[in-house]
Amino acid sequence: MELNDIIKEENLVLKKSRLLTDNVMHYCPGCTHGVVHKLIAEVIEELGIQEETIGVSPVGCSVFAYNYIDIDWAEAAHGRAPALATAISRLHPEKYVFTYQGDGDLASIGCAEIMHACNRGENIVVVFINNAIYGMTGGQMAPTTLLGQVTSTTPYGRDAKLNGFPMKITELLAQLDGTCYVTRQSADTPAAVRKTKNALKKAFQNTRLKKGLSFVEVVGTCNSGWKMSPVDANKWMRDNMFKKYPLGDIKDV
Amino acid sequence: MAEVKLMKGNEVIAETAIRCGCDGYFGYPITPQSEVMETLMLRKPWEETGMVVLQAESELAAINMVYGGASCGKKVMTSSSSPGVSLKQEGITYIAGAELPCLVVDVMRGGPGLGTIQPSQSDYFQATKGGGHGDYHLIVLAPASVQEMSDFVVLGFELAFKYRNPAMVLADGVIGQMMEKVVLPDYTPRRTDEEIEKQCGDWALTGKKNRERHIITSLELEAHRQEVFNEKLQRKYREIEANEVRYEMLNCEDADYVFVAYGSTARICQKSIQLAREQGIKVGLLRPITLYPFPTKPIADLCSKVKGFMSVEMSAGQMVEDVRLAVEGRTQVEFYGRMGGVVPTPEEIVEALKNKFSI
Amino acid sequence: MAKFRGAIVVDTEHCKGCNLCVVACPTHTLALHHDVNGKGYHYSYMQNPEACIGCASCGLVCPDSVITVYKAEIK
Repeated sequence: MELNDIIKEENLVLKKSRLLTDNVMHYCPGCTHGVVHKLIAEVIEELGIQEETIGVSPVGCSVFAYNYIDIDWAEAAHGRAPALATAISRLHPEKYVFTYQGDGDLASIGCAEIMHACNRGENIVVVFINNAIYGMTGGQMAPTTLLGQVTSTTPYGRDAKLNGFPMKITELLAQLDGTCYVTRQSADTPAAVRKTKNALKKAFQNTRLKKGLSFVEVVGTCNSGWKMSPVDANKWMRDNMFKKYPLGDIKDV
Repeated sequence: MAEVKLMKGNEVIAETAIRCGCDGYFGYPITPQSEVMETLMLRKPWEETGMVVLQAESELAAINMVYGGASCGKKVMTSSSSPGVSLKQEGITYIAGAELPCLVVDVMRGGPGLGTIQPSQSDYFQATKGGGHGDYHLIVLAPASVQEMSDFVVLGFELAFKYRNPAMVLADGVIGQMMEKVVLPDYTPRRTDEEIEKQCGDWALTGKKNRERHIITSLELEAHRQEVFNEKLQRKYREIEANEVRYEMLNCEDADYVFVAYGSTARICQKSIQLAREQGIKVGLLRPITLYPFPTKPIADLCSKVKGFMSVEMSAGQMVEDVRLAVEGRTQVEFYGRMGGVVPTPEEIVEALKNKFSI
Repeated sequence: MAKFRGAIVVDTEHCKGCNLCVVACPTHTLALHHDVNGKGYHYSYMQNPEACIGCASCGLVCPDSVITVYKAEIK
């Protein structure tokens, strides 16, 4: 069997989502953002909700998320995406509204906004990328940075006495009555990617059912910030991040 | 039928918002304007017009909710008082940078810091010169009566949508708290989706349907493109300055001296004019209604006819700088103000005029 | 049981050579090419095309969506 016999439209198994634009992602090679963007695009495409979906991008590496998924977008101020999403969802109750936020954006500067959006049970989806570092600004400590982890503002490793502890914001948010679905996933293996996609799909379906706020954390890598190769970063994540941030559903009401 | 009522300034903001077809109000309690949200919650407009009213967790959240709502082409607003408006500056500069229409009501109290809950006009600079970071302006309307609290909610939204620019109603605690007769506007229904599409269809977030996706952002990393955008904003401000200056003149025809005052101070000056004229001093009043755009030309035109201007403010002297810029040294410009929440009396204003101009 | 053969097409100009697909491939089909693309990245390619089973693991983990996967039954 020749390659030409295989590479035919009828044999297609996987291709780039129609909802991903042709813009080349600005992310570093191997960045988790790219995988999660792809999954969101696929979920929106498969649910047939492109015309009804409005995304809110954060400040951080994913500030340009709006360049990559072909839907309407608002770009929020740092940490405020849940506030924008609240108003958009309340004023467009029939729409699918989601925020896409990193750990600095969501767990540090936007802590109040995410807490209260969750507490009000806004009918939105929150996608939270936790790579334990500030990527865009050059690898500073995030609230989720692990103890001992070296960043540009914890050059001797995160020290609990000096910097406090890694923040399990997802577990905190699961305590709030307004959240209906809280899960933590990853995107480092084909199986993990499939699970994350299922979680995202479920989250958007919850919006359709008006169940409240669905929160999908994806533990990811920042290989540039961590100063590792993408493959080594995945290994480091599995060996270190997963211990502090165990994968799986935390809440499913 | 127009409805005449006796109402508080802050209540009128809320009532007019409902009547003019506002889609959403997002606020956070702060004295002396908490009645705005209280009135809305009591009126339950979501049952009547479908207007969304939400008490946010902070002023930061409230203004960013306004940012979100405005992104959708909706008619959205917030209200606050000085310390709260300082917090809102982050969102306001994003809204200005993303060229979105919205209304912000600031019922000023004294500062700096937590300051006082008494009325003040010490946020003139913040309101008229931008307030947050970056080169931008709000359209700033200064009501001097409860009636204008109503009128300027309507006008503020109108101008905000006309120029895709945030508008501010800059009141002070006196106007917010006092009760007066007000003629409320007739009900205007909230715009339908089709009407929003017609008015804001080339930019608003309505869902990507049979068109290119819309992106609301104030971000542009390429310096030259950002400059092109800045130039576009500046052209808009020049247009606003050319078309939207509003002011009122009182007793200026024969005046030797002219008070420049806005808001509640302008009302007090009216009594001062009467007192001064009883003493044979011919005084008039120029009341800026738009603080941005500032009535520069009307003041300049008076220069050759008067012996001087006196800016009267409840501040350390902020608007007086714009008066001086308008006068450009052609005549004497003086300032009289009280701070800290102290409201000047008509008599002390006349005394100040006599002292400063050696009358 | 039916047997399958797969094949992938890499958008080589947009591949960033992160190597995640190479590691994810269960049949060691993929490798990074000795040559580089216009951006200087060693792009992914099928070093052993006959080993490909069309499982799409590479495409799933690819952050830049540059891999298209095909799968055909061997008759």
